[in-house]
Amino acid sequence: MTIKVLYFAALRDALGRSEESLALPPGVSTIGDLQAFLADRGERWKAIEGGKSVRAARNQRMASSSEPVSPGDEIAFFPPVTGG
Amino acid sequence: MSVSVQEADFDTGAEIAALSLGHTEVGAVATFVGLVRSDGQDAGVQAMTLEHYPGMTEKALEDIVADARHRWHIDGVRVIHRFGRLEPGDRIVFVGVASAHRGEAFAACEFIMDYLKTRAPFWKCEETPQGARWVDARESDDTAAVRWDDIDMRR
Repeated sequence: MTIKVLYFAALRDALGRSEESLALPPGVSTIGDLQAFLADRGERWKAIEGGKSVRAARNQRMASSSEPVSPGDEIAFFPPVTGG
Repeated sequence: MSVSVQEADFDTGAEIAALSLGHTEVGAVATFVGLVRSDGQDAGVQAMTLEHYPGMTEKALEDIVADARHRWHIDGVRVIHRFGRLEPGDRIVFVGVASAHRGEAFAACEFIMDYLKTRAPFWKCEETPQGARWVDARESDDTAAVRWDDIDMRR
């Protein structure tokens, strides 16, 4: 399954990446699974599992870690928002 | 168009006038304008850059407006949020709500701002004499948004 992943703001700066296309291995089926998969990339990527300090969106709507990931999805990770 | 995400400034007076133009059923227009403060989290904020998530930002704001329309009887809504580099005193956000009566206009305006603060994907990065710094989210913003969960003004 291939998906698009986006990173924003302080999280993008910490990871050194703003977007990528990812082929997911079997077993990565939720946003939480995806975070664990990405965190395995190395020390810098531990930031993706930041608990409440990392929020996610699936196809441009806020999503929880239990939400499933489907082929072609656009998944985004970012810090809590600070607009207004 | 009730929602705009733009780099350009906006004309507060023209936006307020447009909310009731041709709508004589409107008896109240409540507005909020958010500005860049110079103190930020510490002293000495020279400017800030607002980043957003193009595509999601518009959807999030439209969802918030739809939610407000569901909760209150509203005749018109306008939300404008800027992005890019802004300096102290610059306008960041405009929320205007037109309704028959002030109670619904005030409530819906505050609701939209509270939800925007926690649901619209914007991030502020401040420029200070010590360098650039991402602004941390505030717990009080979550508290402000959550209090609407138990309130349904519409009867």
